[in-house]
Amino acid sequence: MNVIINGEKTEIAPETTVEDHLKHLDLNLDTVVVEADGLILKQEEYATLMLKDGMVLELIRFIGGG
Amino acid sequence: MLEIAGRTFRSRLFTGTGKFSSSQVMRDALDASGSEMVTVALRRVDLNDPGDDIMQVLDRQKFFFLPNTSGARNADEAMRLARLARASGGGNWLKLEVTPDPRTLLPDPIETLKATEELVKDNFIVLPYMNADPILALRLQDAGASAVMPLGAPIGTNRGLLTIHQVEIIISQARVPVVVDAGLGAPSHAALAMEIGADAVLVNTAIAVAGDPIGMAQAFAKATEAGRQAYEAGLGQQGDAASASSPEQGLGFLDS
Amino acid sequence: MLTIPSFPELQNIIEAQSADDVQRILQQGCNSIGDLAALLSPAADPFLQKMATRSRDITLQRFGRTMQLYAPIYLSSFCTNRCAYCGFSAENKISRRILSMDEVKKETDILHQRGFNHILLVSGEAPKMLGVEYLEEVALLLRQKFASVSIEVQPLEQDDYARLFKAGITAVAVYQETYDREIYDQVHLAGAKADYDYRLMTADRLAAAGMREVGIGALLGLSDWRQEALALGIHLAWIRKNYWRTALTVSFPRLRPAEGGFAPMTEVTERNLSQMIFALRIFDPDVGLVLSTREEARYRDGMIGLGPTRFSAGSCTAPGGYSQADDSGEQFAVDDTRSLDEVCAIIKKMGLDPVKKDWDSEFQNINI
Repeated sequence: MNVIINGEKTEIAPETTVEDHLKHLDLNLDTVVVEADGLILKQEEYATLMLKDGMVLELIRFIGGG
Repeated sequence: MLEIAGRTFRSRLFTGTGKFSSSQVMRDALDASGSEMVTVALRRVDLNDPGDDIMQVLDRQKFFFLPNTSGARNADEAMRLARLARASGGGNWLKLEVTPDPRTLLPDPIETLKATEELVKDNFIVLPYMNADPILALRLQDAGASAVMPLGAPIGTNRGLLTIHQVEIIISQARVPVVVDAGLGAPSHAALAMEIGADAVLVNTAIAVAGDPIGMAQAFAKATEAGRQAYEAGLGQQGDAASASSPEQGLGFLDS
Repeated sequence: MLTIPSFPELQNIIEAQSADDVQRILQQGCNSIGDLAALLSPAADPFLQKMATRSRDITLQRFGRTMQLYAPIYLSSFCTNRCAYCGFSAENKISRRILSMDEVKKETDILHQRGFNHILLVSGEAPKMLGVEYLEEVALLLRQKFASVSIEVQPLEQDDYARLFKAGITAVAVYQETYDREIYDQVHLAGAKADYDYRLMTADRLAAAGMREVGIGALLGLSDWRQEALALGIHLAWIRKNYWRTALTVSFPRLRPAEGGFAPMTEVTERNLSQMIFALRIFDPDVGLVLSTREEARYRDGMIGLGPTRFSAGSCTAPGGYSQADDSGEQFAVDDTRSLDEVCAIIKKMGLDPVKKDWDSEFQNINI
């Protein structure tokens, strides 16, 4: 299935949770914010929320800025 | 000691984390600055470089994070970024930055006021970045801002306290701390801001792009302290004794 | 919360100031209550001429070459207070009057014909006889004819002020009389006025209700004038800080002979009064400074251009006194008895523009 992640269409295997995919991307779960279809996820939800076809994910974190 | 929204700070120099050549340089410069509050921005994760994580570099026990809403062009975008920042464990403090013009990065007064009103209602501690407009400063305070952050000059221009007269007015009327933010290009600029009574300064570009960011950070720290000490010691202001062109009006009419 | 320090504390602040402080302030600016105290101290007396010049220059810069004119109208001499110093004290046997709407119209028509556009409605404090309803009716009656209508009556509640603002009242003056609590209790023997704090916080209720202009003042001659002026400065700064949209004025009523035979408790000379005015001008460049007809023509003329920005003229302090020249029921004796035209002439002669109209009731934005 296809999920849009940070604006890019990405192929995802079925039965993948948010947490699964973040780990796959080598991202630190504690410092990444996930917005799924416009809603900000709580960290507890990463392990339970299943990715769906057509879902729009924004992965956001802090960077340097003034 | 400086107090903002119930939190105390020993250092009156706040620093930004952008524009540094590397995370290590950034961290070393921030350490050298003595700053206790640093601004950070929110952006999409760079999926090609997952390890680039500022949170791994900066010790949150040492540096209080002040997320900014840089990139927001209107109140709605700012509020979205604010909520993302809070959700990412960034706390509820916020440097509100609404800059629709990417060339000048000047803050939009109307969107900033609107966003401040909404975010204060939503329990954020809002520190709005603003042009040095004294009326806007009053309106933002009325709306519940915990500090106001007037610019000295546009972001990154390093031109110093061009807005000095307006900032003086803002300071004289302020009911909350005043943090001069943006445009401070040299330690002397920071000293001047402190000498006229600002409660703190925020510096990013001048430190990050200096030849020796660590040295520059130290210089800014010293200048900020010097300026504050001078202010507390009771600086003499510039003589303002206007001499009128007409002769003195005598007091001979008094009955005593 | 506004707290006025005790008068002994204020005296300490004033006495701690030196001639060096005064010189520094005249050179570099008055930036604090401490600086104001220096300008009010005995140490500043030798510098009075320099203060006058500084006050003149600041006034010129902020207000230009103008002097605003107004006239008071006494609506009622009924009063439930017993203020030791006032002609209207409940103890005094004077003929009491309250003007009917027709009488109000008659009196104000006279003022209107004379050329006044700013009037101040004054009354004693007798809420049952003269309350918000009466004032509202008067305000509605007068706002067509006069650019601005101000009041100087008993302290009211915030809602009352909001109502009066809607009806067309632009400004309200409430003088603390004395900021010295001890003296305050001594001279305010009975009546609602005995509540110092309620009176003090009137400015807060006024500004919160949206009044455009708030007037404060102390009755000079009750307690030490230097401390009163310092307290005025503190009061001013507090209102400015908390209500930045509100315009402010300070008046300087100086005790004069009144029916009750009250003699001023402290001496306040013209020189002292001038020092107060100059000091407050230097401390607050934007505050309106009001000199009424309590003061003599010679003094008022001498002060034109040096700090005051508002003069009354042709005043009568008894209700109905414009229609019938009878001052038996007056609140205080007027010393400058010149007409509006005469006062305007001297103002012009001094190089200022006498301003009879500086507002318009249209700006009040009322939907009645």
